[in-house]
Amino acid sequence: MQISARHLDKMTVFDISGDIDLSTSPELRKPLLHELRELRTPRVILNLRAVRYIDSSGVASLVEGLKASRDVGSRFILFGLNTTVREVLQLSKLVRIFEICENEEQAVAP
Amino acid sequence: MDRRSLLLRMELRSNPETLCVVRGALGQLAERLGFSESECRAVVLGVDEALTNIIRHAYAGQPEQPIEVWFHRIQVPSRGAGIEALEIILLDQGKKLDEAKLSGRALEDVRPGGLGLHFIRETMDEVEFSHTDGRNQLRLVKILPAQKPPAGS
Repeated sequence: MQISARHLDKMTVFDISGDIDLSTSPELRKPLLHELRELRTPRVILNLRAVRYIDSSGVASLVEGLKASRDVGSRFILFGLNTTVREVLQLSKLVRIFEICENEEQAVAP
Repeated sequence: MDRRSLLLRMELRSNPETLCVVRGALGQLAERLGFSESECRAVVLGVDEALTNIIRHAYAGQPEQPIEVWFHRIQVPSRGAGIEALEIILLDQGKKLDEAKLSGRALEDVRPGGLGLHFIRETMDEVEFSHTDGRNQLRLVKILPAQKPPAGS
């Protein structure tokens, strides 16, 4: 898994690619929680378009990010969900708890 | 007549970095058996979650512990006839499974963790846990395509 951050005005977009599983989910969790808990960035956006696989530990990391965002009053937005990611989120029955946008333009819109 | 044929056997170590290798091999096996793209992803997810559970819970994150995975093509009884299925058996020598935890949890309880077992149950047609001779066994069955009875029947 690769993750990189783009810092925009009062928001950060994380571009994530590859597999999010037991071995890689800590690499997602750590920068997400830092961005929310330490930096308190008002809007944190995850670009999941290039994610090839996600398992329960990856979904758990997203849930942790969402909870951290609620704790600090930030928005936590997902976009670019491909079939694989959408299927797993739907299977988790947690898809409804996330703010999901179709594309980056929507996610960064005022 | 032999109603069980071995497709693949894997001897693994409880290293999370091997998971991607298993997913790659299993995805190709599922495709060769005729599963649709969506069903291939489901089979891969179910087995990946089963291995993740073994690594995290049975072996408490200890690497280099043994895991065996057997893949068979089997026939399972259905209305007096046999239907073809993929059987996956995972064996480990870790801590005995806590049966109280096997029921999972309410998904409405939004928090990290606890999803793995839910994914296994959702992606497989049969899920059986047992513990024999100091080994945990998880048996998963996924009925092959064009074998499933119509929904609601």
